Amino acid sequence: MTEVVAATFRQKTKKSKLIEEGVRCGIFLCALASVLTTFGIILVLAKEAIPFFREVSLVDFLFGTKWNALILPRSFGVLPLLMGTMLIVIGAGLIALPVGLASAIYLSEFASQRVRKTVKPVLEILAGIPTVVYGYFALTGITPILKSFNDEIPVFNALSASIVVAVMILPMVASLCDDALKAVPRSLRDGGYALGSTKTEVSLKIVVPAALSGIVASFVLAFSRAIGETMAVTLAAGGTPKMTLNPLESIQTMTAYIVQVATGDIEHGSISYHSLYAVGGLLFLITLAANLLSYKILKKYREEYE
Amino acid sequence: MTSSEHSSAPEFNSRLERRRAFSTIFKNSCAILSWLCIGVLGFLLVHIFSSGWEWISFDFIKNAPSRMPHKAGLFSALMGTIWIIVTTAAIAIPVGVSSALYLEEYAKKNRLNSFIEINISNLAGVPSIVYGILGLTLFVRFMKLGPSVLSGALTLSLLILPVIIIASREAIKAVPNSIRLSAFALGATQFQTVFHHVLPAAMPGIMTGVILALSRAIGETAPILMVGAVAYVSRAPHGIMDGFTALPIQIYNWAREAKVEFEGLAAGGIIVLLLVLFMMNSVAILIRNKTQKAQS
Amino acid sequence: MTPVDEAKKTSEKELMNKRPKSTKPESKISSGDKENDLRNAELKGEGVVISYGSDQAVKGVDIAFPSNKITAVIGPSGCGKSTLLRAFNRMNDFILGAKVEGSLMYKDMDLYDKNIDPVEVRLRIGMVFQKPNPFPKTIFKNIAWAPQINGYTGDIAELVETSLKRAALWNEVSDRLHDSALGLSGGQQQRLCIARSLAMKPEVLLMDEPCSALDPVSTSHIEDLMLELKEQYTIVIVTHNMQQAARVSDYTAFMDSGNLVEFDETSTIFTNPKEQRTEDYVSGRFG
Repeated sequence: MTEVVAATFRQKTKKSKLIEEGVRCGIFLCALASVLTTFGIILVLAKEAIPFFREVSLVDFLFGTKWNALILPRSFGVLPLLMGTMLIVIGAGLIALPVGLASAIYLSEFASQRVRKTVKPVLEILAGIPTVVYGYFALTGITPILKSFNDEIPVFNALSASIVVAVMILPMVASLCDDALKAVPRSLRDGGYALGSTKTEVSLKIVVPAALSGIVASFVLAFSRAIGETMAVTLAAGGTPKMTLNPLESIQTMTAYIVQVATGDIEHGSISYHSLYAVGGLLFLITLAANLLSYKILKKYREEYE
Repeated sequence: MTSSEHSSAPEFNSRLERRRAFSTIFKNSCAILSWLCIGVLGFLLVHIFSSGWEWISFDFIKNAPSRMPHKAGLFSALMGTIWIIVTTAAIAIPVGVSSALYLEEYAKKNRLNSFIEINISNLAGVPSIVYGILGLTLFVRFMKLGPSVLSGALTLSLLILPVIIIASREAIKAVPNSIRLSAFALGATQFQTVFHHVLPAAMPGIMTGVILALSRAIGETAPILMVGAVAYVSRAPHGIMDGFTALPIQIYNWAREAKVEFEGLAAGGIIVLLLVLFMMNSVAILIRNKTQKAQS
Repeated sequence: MTPVDEAKKTSEKELMNKRPKSTKPESKISSGDKENDLRNAELKGEGVVISYGSDQAVKGVDIAFPSNKITAVIGPSGCGKSTLLRAFNRMNDFILGAKVEGSLMYKDMDLYDKNIDPVEVRLRIGMVFQKPNPFPKTIFKNIAWAPQINGYTGDIAELVETSLKRAALWNEVSDRLHDSALGLSGGQQQRLCIARSLAMKPEVLLMDEPCSALDPVSTSHIEDLMLELKEQYTIVIVTHNMQQAARVSDYTAFMDSGNLVEFDETSTIFTNPKEQRTEDYVSGRFG
């Protein structure tokens, strides 16, 4: 009897050991997929950008002020595209960062549970709306309003794109700042109140400084997200790369350019085609740097409250 | 102890009235800004619904896109979206959940695994258009899959993979350790513990994360625009190697047209898209609420 | 050894020698004084009922805290002593659903009067919390923050120095005022919090188990501090530690399940209480 039992157990272990190893390998390979993706991105961008940089020097690319990729005479200075991106990003930031932070302060320091329950889901909904919808909204909703103030404003302009990108990144800023503020322990606020200060004083002078690393990290992340934004700016900001600080003009961002090349009739293998990868590479590096910066800020300057 | 008497030692010039007033003004300003967000959402929805509502009809869903606004419809785009999302789900869910299981249940703390984790966090922050570039170059051209549903699905899978992994990890982490320990104590192997006990327990949380990731994928335009735009397609796909168009792409194309009617069509398309997203998110929230109730 | 360490060692040694051998409190107050003290008490409460939602934490308490004396409030966990304490500087205002009824008075002013700004209450009635909670700022900033907000007209640096001296912390931190307060030890942080409260020149100091998170040496530092401070301030201390109450307080209030069971001179409470429940508690039969 015992031999039968022992035999059953022994067999089971051998078979299950095989399954164990098999499963382990299988899911490990799946986990590697993410690493492969990163390598894939870097490889693809580098490989396809090399033909571009054989013809255009890095200096000309990074510091040139004329971007004329599709018609002769060609020039490939990326600054107009970079400036277009920055114009929108900074414009969006000027709106979204203060409003987002103020909302976060309101929600975490002042608002009742009832208000929180109403406003937070709204923020989540705003965050979930696809960017093409925002692009449409900028084109058909915001620009007409701007035009009603000043008819000279062109249909494609940086301002309406900025406004709409601001609405897009606002939920992210508000949510992350709210998390950072909520992480400040209650005892710090109590200590402040007990010394005879108003709620605003405690919020602004004790809680916000204590949560500063989280707040700044959220700003950097929002910045990174705005840089990578594609559809809204493609629809609303235009396709004319130029060096300008005027938000009422039509410009082109790096992302919009990439879409233009990919969806246009660009000859595969031509330098214009490869410029897509150069710009894409630059975009990737900038957002990567921003994400790393945000991560470092969080790690290095996180306040220890204990 | 009104503010007319000195409320504290004479060396203090407390000016409490002024500070109290400032506190109220600040609080109200922050409140106004918060409610402004709700206002913007309201404005957006009203604007879209007012433009698009008249275009919603059965025909709208049934018809293929057309140069003539009154004959244009969403059918190909809807079918394209469905094909892509189903394929994406078929790829991304197994890979994503497996990765999460590996990282939570199997991986030891070594350099390789930390590297994998860092990669996932980084990838979550890469702009979607970079995924589009990757998809175009790798799947469409290099692997010669062409501008097909499969290419689009692979690209989108890579895009939402970090989201699924992160959400699944949270769900798996939330499974009480006692479940694992009791399974082990009964002589279960790791495979049995993970796949028969931990995974089912984490399933609701994983499903919520998956649904949210998929709803994000549905709305993504840039990556599939890059992949699929090499061919202009107006018919619904019949297989995963077929060319495709998708809901957000259709909206994008309509929004770019000059004729005013197309503006309304675009709005109509957006309404359909938002409805689909709304339904998916509601399902996800329902699942989340049901599990929270069951656990408490 | 740095001078600071040396100073610490010497003070530790002195403490060891100063400690009285018996824990039996000496009778410090005569009964005539007690009548006077209670009559002249400026901080008092009548019919105080405090509830959180439907839960009554304090069920009708009449109490008076004699001025310039230390009153200890003792009792088992959950008896409502901290809740009662927090009512006197309106810290319960921050707890959702907390309701305070009855009359709580300071110098014949109703603390919960509609016309009174809670901030004003807290300017005159300060509080030290159970767990030290210095701001994540410099030592200097911790103390200077509240006075600056409240428009202190004198010399801030002087105020910081005086407060730190009063809290018996000056010698240990005078050379690093602009270092982070979080670098201090637990006992030092708590003394910093006391200095911080003192800088606002309150008249009353409420202390909610101030030593429960500290080691014995720090605890005795703070107890000595309390004995010095009572000459200028009215002190109310909530404590779990009966020996501590016996050591430092003049009066003791014993609470149980939201009721004030007995209030009397400390010596009486610990040696000859009038209520059986008090006797049971102080002799360790429960709580």
